[in-house]
Amino acid sequence: MDGFARFWRNGLMLAVFVLGAWAWASGLLPAMADNWDDITYLGQQHVQLAALSGAIAIIVGVPLGVVLTRPRFARFGDVALQVLNIGATIPTLAVLALSMSLLGIGDTPALFGLFVASLLPIVANTMAGIRAVPPHLREAARGMGLAPRQVLWQVELPNALFVIFAGIRTAMAINVGTVPLAYLIGGGGLGELIFTGIDLNDFGTMLSGAVPTAILAILVDLLIAQLQFWLVPRGVNPLR
Amino acid sequence: MIRLEQVSKTFPSTTVPAVDRVTLEVPEGEICVLLGPSGCGKTTTMKMVNRLIEPSSGEIFINGRSTASYDPVELRRAIGYVIQQIGLFPNKTVEQNICLVPDILGWDAAKSRARAAELLEMAGLEPATFLRRYPKELSGGQQQRVGVLRAIAADPPVLLMDEPFGAIDPINRTSIQDEFLRMQKQIKKTVLFVSHDIDEAVKMADRIAIFREGRLVQYDTPDNILAHPADNFVSDFVGGDRTLKRLQLITVGDAIQPDAPRVRAEDSLERAVQLMEQHGHQSIVMVGPRGRARGYVELAQVRGLKGTVGKNYEALPTTIRPNENLRTAVSTMFRHDMSWLACVDENGVFKGYVTLRSVRSLLAETYRDA
Amino acid sequence: MVSSIDMDILQYILSNGPLIASRTGEHIAIVAVAVGVAVLTGVPIGIAISQHKRSADAVLYAASMMITVPSIALFGIMIPVLSLIGQGIGYLPAVIAVLLYSQLPIIRNTYSAMSNIDPALREAARGMGLTSLQRLWQVELPIALPVIMAGVRQAMVMNIGVAAIAAYIGAGGLGAFITRGISQTDPRQLVTGALAVSILAVLADFALLGLQRLVTSPGLRQ
Repeated sequence: MDGFARFWRNGLMLAVFVLGAWAWASGLLPAMADNWDDITYLGQQHVQLAALSGAIAIIVGVPLGVVLTRPRFARFGDVALQVLNIGATIPTLAVLALSMSLLGIGDTPALFGLFVASLLPIVANTMAGIRAVPPHLREAARGMGLAPRQVLWQVELPNALFVIFAGIRTAMAINVGTVPLAYLIGGGGLGELIFTGIDLNDFGTMLSGAVPTAILAILVDLLIAQLQFWLVPRGVNPLR
Repeated sequence: MIRLEQVSKTFPSTTVPAVDRVTLEVPEGEICVLLGPSGCGKTTTMKMVNRLIEPSSGEIFINGRSTASYDPVELRRAIGYVIQQIGLFPNKTVEQNICLVPDILGWDAAKSRARAAELLEMAGLEPATFLRRYPKELSGGQQQRVGVLRAIAADPPVLLMDEPFGAIDPINRTSIQDEFLRMQKQIKKTVLFVSHDIDEAVKMADRIAIFREGRLVQYDTPDNILAHPADNFVSDFVGGDRTLKRLQLITVGDAIQPDAPRVRAEDSLERAVQLMEQHGHQSIVMVGPRGRARGYVELAQVRGLKGTVGKNYEALPTTIRPNENLRTAVSTMFRHDMSWLACVDENGVFKGYVTLRSVRSLLAETYRDA
Repeated sequence: MVSSIDMDILQYILSNGPLIASRTGEHIAIVAVAVGVAVLTGVPIGIAISQHKRSADAVLYAASMMITVPSIALFGIMIPVLSLIGQGIGYLPAVIAVLLYSQLPIIRNTYSAMSNIDPALREAARGMGLTSLQRLWQVELPIALPVIMAGVRQAMVMNIGVAAIAAYIGAGGLGAFITRGISQTDPRQLVTGALAVSILAVLADFALLGLQRLVTSPGLRQ
C-alpha cells in the first residue's frame, strides 16, 4: 500500500474515532437510546413520505418528459425546459410553504409539496436525455422500418436511460433533503425531532433526528447510485 | 545551428532506449526532416531540443551553446514550436496568440502588434480581417498558418515542427507547405521538422534524418537518400518508386542543356534536317523573331522535302516552364505521348529541350559517380 | 378572479417593503459571503486535484456525501458543536452550511473543466516557454472559467434555498417570513416569503448567468 492510500485510511480511522468520541460526549448515543421508539416510528413515516412522493414523481415525471419530446409537442420543448430550469431554482421550503397555503396542513400538502419538488428534475432529465439521443440512431431505426413507438422503446429510452436515472437521483436527493421540512406543514417524519430539539435547545433530541436523517439521505443516494450502476445496461452506461 | 551529440533517452520503467546515441548537425538556415515510422524516436528527439523531454545522456547545442546551460523556460522562449494539433489558445484572438511570447519577453506592445500584422500579411492572411478573429473562426489551414506565425513571432533562430501539417487536408497541405518554403527563404530559420510522410520530407527537407527504433540510420540530402538508401529498411521506407520521387527534386530549368538548337520560319528544311542530324535530335523547335517557341518540325517528316520551315511546321501540343520539376515534365510527356518537351519561360521564350533520354541520364549520373 | 386572500397578501407586501428589503439583504449577506469564501477554497482545491486522479475521486466523493446531508439535519448536527464556542445558532452556522454545500458544485466544475482542457494546449503553452503560473493564468483558467462560473451559479441558487431554512436557527433572511407564516398560520407572510425567496433565486440565477457570459472569452462562446 502506498503512502497516499495509508494517509486516507488513517484519516478515515481518525475521523471515525473523533465522531465516536463526539457522539458519546455530546450525549448523542444515550439520547438516541432514550428516543429509540420515536426514531423508529418517525423514521418509518419519513421513509414512507419520501418513497410515496418519489414514486409518484417518477410515475408521472418520466411519461410527462417523454410526451414533451414527441413531435406534436417538440416545438414547446425549449420553452418547457427553460420553465423547468427556472422552476428548479425555487427553494424547496418555498414549495412546501406554497403547498401549505394551497392545501392547508397535513399529509396531503406534505406529499404534494415533495412530489412537486421531485417532479421537475425528472421531467427535465427525461427530456434532455431523449433529446440528446444522436439523430443518426433515430434515423437508422426509422430506416430499418421501426414504428415511432418501437423507436421510442428500442432506441430512445434505452439511450436516454442513464440521464433519466441521473434525474431520478437528483430528484430523490432533493426529496430526501426536503422530507424533514415536511414536519413543518404537518407531514411528520424525523424533522419532528430536529425542530423540537432546536425549539427546546435540547441537543439530544436534535441529534436523534439529525443523525438518522443524514444517514438515511446518504443511504438513499448510495442505493440509487447502485441501482443506476446495475440497471442501466453497460453499452449506454458511462460508469461501467 | 542545432547539434546533437550522442543524445539518448530511456524512459522510466523501460529498458530499451527510445532514442539511442543520436548525433546530428543541422546547419544554420536549413530544414532537417526527422523521418520514420511511429515509435521510431523522431518526436522524442525533437522534444529533447526544447527540453520538453530531458535527455538521459548526451548533449544538444544551439548556436554553440549547450541547452543544458539554459533555464528550460528561457530556452523554449528562444525556440519556435509548432505542433500537429495546432494548439491555438481558444480564449485569445489571433493577435493575442501571436503576441503571447513577445509580450512575455517584455517587447514593446506596439512593436509586437505591428509585427503580428506583418506576419499575417506574409502568410497571405489579411491583417485587418484576421487580427481580431478567434481561432474557432478560422479554417484548419488558416489555424495552422497562425500556429506557424505564433512560433516565429519572437524571431527565434530555431524552429521545431512536430508533424505540423499532418492534420490538414491534402489540398491545403500542399499550399501551406509551399507557403512555408517561400517564407523560409525570407526568415531562414534552422528547422527541425518531424514527419512520417516521405513525400513531405522530400519536398521540405534540405536534409533528411531517417530513424528506426531510436537510432539514426541515415542522414543525408533527399536526393542521396532516394538514390542511395543506406539499407533495406530505408529503401523500403522511401518506397519502390523512390527514383520517381527523385524527379521532384530537379527542376526543368536545371535539366535543360544550354544553347539548344532551333530554327526560324524562314530557314529551309535542309537547314533544319542538318541541325537535327548534327545534334542527334528527332525534332527541332521553330522560334519567332523574339525567340518565342512557335512550333516544331520532325526529322522523319521533313527529310528530303524542299521549302521553308514556316510552310511545314506543326503546332506544339504542349510546353513546360523551367520552374516545374521533372516529375511533372515526365508525366506531361506520357500524357501527350511525346519523348521530349519544349521548355518556355513565362513570356513564351524558348529555353531548351527536356527529353526522356536526358532525364534518364540525369538519374543515372549519381550511380556513375559512385 | 382576485380573492380577498390575494388582496391581503398584496396589501401585506406593499406595506412591508422595508422589512422585505432588509431580510433580502440578510439573505444575500449569508449566501454571498459563504459562496464567496467557497470560491476561494473550492477553486484551488479543484485545480490541485486535477493533477491527481485518486485524490480527486476521494475529494469529490467526500463533497458529494456532504451535499446529500439535508440542511436541517446539518444544522441539527452543527448546533451542538458550534455551541461550544457560543455560536450554535444564527449567522455563523448558516454561513458554514452554505460554505460546505457550495464545495461540491465548485470543486466538481473546476476539476472537470481543468481536466477537460485539451492536452495540446498545455503542450503548446509549455513548448512556447510559459511557466506553470503563466499557463494557469493565460490559458487554463480563462478556458475553465465558464464552467467554474456555472458551478458557482449552481451553488448560489441551491444555497438561497438553504439560507431560507437557516431562518429556523435564527439566521434571519427571507426564510423568517416562511417560519412565521407557518407557525402563525398566516398565508400573507407564508406566500410573501415563498415568493420573495423564489424570485431572489431566479434573479440570482440570471445575474450569475450574465456574469458567466461576461467572463467568457468570445473565442469560447458557442
